[in-house]
Amino acid sequence: MTHWPEQLVSSREAEFDTVDMTINIGPQHPATHGVFRMVLRVDGELVTDCEPYIGYLHRGLEKLTENHDYRQAMGWWDRTDYLAGLCCEGAYCMAVEKLAGMQVPERAEYIRVIMMELSRISSHFMFLGAFGADVGSFGTSFAYAWRERERIYDLFEEVAGDRMFPTYFRPGGITMELPENFEARCRQLLGQIRQGIEDLDGLLTGNEIFIERCCNLSPLDTERAIALGITGPILRATGLAWDIRKAEPYSIYDRLTFDIPVGRQGDIFDRFFVRLSEMYQSCRIIEQCLADMPKKGLILDPKLPKTLRIDKKECYVRNEGTKGEYGVYALARGGTKPYRMKLRSPSFCNLSALREMVVGNYVADAVLILGSLDIVLGEVDK
Amino acid sequence: MSFGNAFFGYSWIDAIIRVVIVIGVMTVTVVYLTYGERKFVARFQQRLGPTRTGPIGLWQGFADALKLLTKEDIRPTNADRWVFEFAPYATFIPVLMVLIVLPFARDWGVRNLSLGMLYVFAVLGLNIVGIMMAGLGAGNKFALLGGVRAAAQMISYEIPLVLSLLAVAMIAGTLDLDKIALLQAHRPFILLQPLAFLIFATAMLSELHRAPFDIPVAESEIVGGFVVEFSGIRWSMFQLTEYASMWGFSIFGSVIFFGGWAFPKGLDWGWGWQLALTFIKSGAFILAIMWVRTTVPRLRIDQLMSFCWKVLLPLSLVQLLVNGFVLEYGWPQEVLSLTSLAGAAFLIAVIFRRAVRRPSKTKLVGAYRQAQVPE
Repeated sequence: MTHWPEQLVSSREAEFDTVDMTINIGPQHPATHGVFRMVLRVDGELVTDCEPYIGYLHRGLEKLTENHDYRQAMGWWDRTDYLAGLCCEGAYCMAVEKLAGMQVPERAEYIRVIMMELSRISSHFMFLGAFGADVGSFGTSFAYAWRERERIYDLFEEVAGDRMFPTYFRPGGITMELPENFEARCRQLLGQIRQGIEDLDGLLTGNEIFIERCCNLSPLDTERAIALGITGPILRATGLAWDIRKAEPYSIYDRLTFDIPVGRQGDIFDRFFVRLSEMYQSCRIIEQCLADMPKKGLILDPKLPKTLRIDKKECYVRNEGTKGEYGVYALARGGTKPYRMKLRSPSFCNLSALREMVVGNYVADAVLILGSLDIVLGEVDK
Repeated sequence: MSFGNAFFGYSWIDAIIRVVIVIGVMTVTVVYLTYGERKFVARFQQRLGPTRTGPIGLWQGFADALKLLTKEDIRPTNADRWVFEFAPYATFIPVLMVLIVLPFARDWGVRNLSLGMLYVFAVLGLNIVGIMMAGLGAGNKFALLGGVRAAAQMISYEIPLVLSLLAVAMIAGTLDLDKIALLQAHRPFILLQPLAFLIFATAMLSELHRAPFDIPVAESEIVGGFVVEFSGIRWSMFQLTEYASMWGFSIFGSVIFFGGWAFPKGLDWGWGWQLALTFIKSGAFILAIMWVRTTVPRLRIDQLMSFCWKVLLPLSLVQLLVNGFVLEYGWPQEVLSLTSLAGAAFLIAVIFRRAVRRPSKTKLVGAYRQAQVPE
């Protein structure tokens, strides 16, 4: 945060009759990572006000879900956090399973965790690449990140038949058995991913200009972050080890050993670095899953009813999405459709901190701060 | 052939012929620089770059140029008409004027001025006017920000640029570019003035607004800055200016610090070798610029300015002072070399001062806390 001395500001205003300029960044702007718009009021290079506008990607996810069968609505949920569709599928399935009281076979749980962690890695790769481009490294970081993301998506295609929106999970399990050579392919992929993280780490982390730009920029303390409802890597960057995978273990996360990387002061660099370190941890999780996974077994209980009918029930489940706490509230009142579905999207809540962090910084930093929030517009606008 | 003997006996016919040759060479060079940059950057990013137009994409530059020439020339309604339309030419002409005095080989340039270096400084300063015109005349806020940023940046960095070159001029005792090259026939000036070279290279990147100083055109912030509203031929004029000035600066820098056409063996092996030297050295410069561009992120405007005024400017002044003492008292030239080397080491230490404090990976990743639920 740049603080201008009070007397300087007032004397300047007295001397020149200056007017703040309004700059419209987005919805078509390379820095907004989607169709997000922020209107900046700038005094020269300094941002004095910031007003975010959202809703350009609103598709009525919740209403759509309420008008579809429990299983039909699966596909919509991929498209919320479209960089890590499987994490969203996981949360939706957990909600429906909790409503219907289903049990997920153990093998299916392991496969789910592997796929969710792979999505997390691909989403974080996307962040690293795009953030590097925001800082201005002319697409090199983007190209590095994209290479690894393509490899992960290739594996998704092999497993589920689709790259971005696999629709691979079902309430009660998963749809398809893994391909023959999955384990070998996955281990090979993990090696490549580790190399990819090393590459990006070498390109960005130690770079003097990168550190100069990112360190001490818009630090956030833990109390303020909690008050704003921030979760995920941004909250962990402030120093609090709050990860739903550890704090409220779902699926089989209580059986796995992994660490929660935390930052020190919640500045942009910490947010970057927490995500970078998390990717290593995801690799660890996948390796453990590959080793512990039952080699045979059910992936979806064949005795499940063709159409799910759920009596009066409500639940709120949450999992650790790539951007933070991805919560699903579901209310059933009988019938084949949920009466109400509500998504607590982490990107939307994280975005609430934008104005506070941007005001008082430079225009160039506003772009960086928005990038560090790592929003996905599909999730913000639902 | 030398500067004394004009083509066809008339100096003005001679000048026109030489200018036409320089412009022709420049155009072809720029076309292939854009192609080369795309290929080079593509290799860094694990891509192939242009491959379709001609063998390994060799005609891509010409295809792009043709496309740009035939595109619609759009002028925004709230643009200041004459300022907007004249801006690309006001930016380009100073660069062309610089190319006129550069010695490409012994006795070969358009004109050799005895105050060539001074002329280059003077003319380069005019470049800013065109960019300001583009920024202010376009009636676009991104362009305005870009234009103002460019003005601040280029005016600031011109000072260390000029001072670092003056350090060389002091040792050479002349501002004549041809003589400066000739003086380095056996030992380029970079050995005597490494600090001046570092300052020159930094300031040059800034003057060219290439990464990490591409603040006026920052694509991820102000989407092209002052060129944002230009299209078709006017946009291509800016592109031409960018690459032509990169080429011009590269030749200028290689003449002043690397002996231009003269080092090594320039005098012995004839004009073909001299031309080859000029192109090899400027090519190496340009490759270095592109390498930097693909690797490093962008600075912020305040960091850029403070780096100029607090680091580069004092260092270049100290360099001038030390040179003055050494030359005045006739100390051996090794003293020049050593002091400048010490300065260069200091400059690098200043740049890397953050690197010392950078968070070590093991420390941060190892600092896990036990996961705990806050009340």
